[in-house]
Amino acid sequence: MPKSLFQKVWDAHAVRSLANGQTQLLIGTHLIHEVTSPQAFGMMRDLGLKVLMPHRTFATVDHIVPTDQFAEPYRDPLAQAMMDELRKNCAQFGITFFDRATGKQGIVHIVGPEQGITQPGTTIACGDSHTSTHGAFGAIAFGIGTTQIRDVLATQTMALGKLKVRRITVNGALRPGVYAKDVILHIIRALGVNGGTGFAYEYGGEVFDRMTMEERMTVCNMSIEGGARAGYVNPDETTFAYLKGRPYSPKGAAWDAAVAGWRSTASDPGCHYDDVVTINAADIAPTVTWGINPGQAITINETVPDAAKATTVDEKSSIEEALAYMKLTPGAPIKGTKINVAFLGSCTNGRTSDFQEVAKYLKGRHVAPGVKAIAVPGSQIVALQCAQLGLDRIFRDAGFEWREAGCSMCLAMNPDKLIGDQLCASSSNRNFKGRQGSTTGRTLLMSPVMVAAAAVTGAVADAREVFDVNH
Amino acid sequence: MSLAKISSLAGLGVFVSGNDIDTDRIIPARFMKCVTFDGLGEFLFHDVRKNADGTDKPHPLNEPRFNGATVLLSGANFGCGSSREHAPQAIQKYGFKAVVAEGFAEIFYGNCVTLGIPCFEAAREDIAQIAAAIEKNPAVELTLDVAKQEIRFAGQTVKAAVRPSARDALVNGRWDAIGELLEGLPAVKTTAAKLPYLAA
Repeated sequence: MPKSLFQKVWDAHAVRSLANGQTQLLIGTHLIHEVTSPQAFGMMRDLGLKVLMPHRTFATVDHIVPTDQFAEPYRDPLAQAMMDELRKNCAQFGITFFDRATGKQGIVHIVGPEQGITQPGTTIACGDSHTSTHGAFGAIAFGIGTTQIRDVLATQTMALGKLKVRRITVNGALRPGVYAKDVILHIIRALGVNGGTGFAYEYGGEVFDRMTMEERMTVCNMSIEGGARAGYVNPDETTFAYLKGRPYSPKGAAWDAAVAGWRSTASDPGCHYDDVVTINAADIAPTVTWGINPGQAITINETVPDAAKATTVDEKSSIEEALAYMKLTPGAPIKGTKINVAFLGSCTNGRTSDFQEVAKYLKGRHVAPGVKAIAVPGSQIVALQCAQLGLDRIFRDAGFEWREAGCSMCLAMNPDKLIGDQLCASSSNRNFKGRQGSTTGRTLLMSPVMVAAAAVTGAVADAREVFDVNH
Repeated sequence: MSLAKISSLAGLGVFVSGNDIDTDRIIPARFMKCVTFDGLGEFLFHDVRKNADGTDKPHPLNEPRFNGATVLLSGANFGCGSSREHAPQAIQKYGFKAVVAEGFAEIFYGNCVTLGIPCFEAAREDIAQIAAAIEKNPAVELTLDVAKQEIRFAGQTVKAAVRPSARDALVNGRWDAIGELLEGLPAVKTTAAKLPYLAA
């Protein structure tokens, strides 16, 4: 019987059924970082447990690292304490740690792929909801809580109920100036922020076939914003080409065997999906959020919703709550909304290709007066690649601050924060109240090129007009 | 490891209205700069409860009449956003023993069960009825029955679903899976041995 990739990976990693009907699922790769792991190691010590597969556990530091300070001790003693704790735990339990001194540190969802640790047909877990990113390689990747981190450390498994699979096909071609970020914002808007509850999303169709791995990662990254715990793209030649030669990729004869295995994990034609959604690529336009969750999005030429025109009580109250916080005018065009901050980076859009695409348009332009613009490479390797391409120079010349690798202003567990009710054009993934570090700070999610357009004009703008985009 | 069998619990309730209440709102990220979960309870819903100067904003948890509530009621898609266990930890450490909502985000739900916090999914009208009863009399006792999947209050009974795997785990005292997962270690090794990428 034909099977989906999800089904195949699940079957290969299902250890046994548990008494409550869940499955004990083998997690082949465990990624950890400093925020959600220390308590798990504490529980390990309390219970006298050992890490079962330290060679399948990889650590990095990302959330708390200052992006304007490399040297330790950090100005924030709590951040330093978390750093020290992770170092201690990795040393004690024999775990590979991509510390800053290795030159391989970065956001966990950028490090895994660039090291070749993220591979097709595998299961991955990490104490971070954006673990769905790794699904871009045809892995099934779960964001987990801290107690589950303990479970995976101790047993390399976790208890999980099987997900349903929704196939999301995007056919046709994206119009110029429309990016992977717009694709996922469009999908979340269409299906809702909780539309994916209980599902893994399988993304496919002509648009995904043509996407680079980095674009696929952007889409899979935000699966959780649509409520889907995992999202994936079937592995293909693009996947294999990306992985070839990476530090943890198989070598020699093992490479050929691995590729054959990976190829066979892709969903079979005619396999069962619990739900199917088809989207026409031509219907997707540059998209911007206006509210306080990622589903509250409109295209650049639409107007901010008006609660008076809401068709349901829920819609009315959610618009009212969002606009009270966002201080945007109902019915006004989103285009032209003045911004204070522009943020480029995060596990969603902090990869080399993101900066490369922006640099194409930024060259010779300058950030508008009064706008604070920061560009934060997602990893030290991304930073190095950008430097080799001369991109850091282009960003600096344009008036961006060019920073060290980290999560930065995506979630403000580090010094990069909004102040007061600043409005931020952001390439990150969440526009929740207070997300960027100020309890009244406001976030508009958009693609990196749209962030750049906002940065140089000082207001939300259609990048296609500002930059004459025709890629 | 012996865990409590949670088949039913009783307590006072408090209703925090709203849909899509995310984990950043439940526990803002800056309070996650810690290496233990101790003390998280005091920061529950911090930014919607407190002004910058530390004074209170209007919020049900700031109302003395709801002091002592152990059941948190809310709207749809509760706990969406990040995987931070800090969110259910903060809820538990504040003193809540159960959450009732129209629906829950996936990761949050699992994190709650692992901590022995039952999550009940109830219809909006029913939650509104409970909320109205609490509003009228905050001393009204709610009985949340995991096994029977119902909530009893002020002489009324409403349906409240608990997912089958969670129900089994709570009622039978196996909501923290570690014991069972450790028992499965021999089988884990057998499964791992069949996967080429796991070769040491």
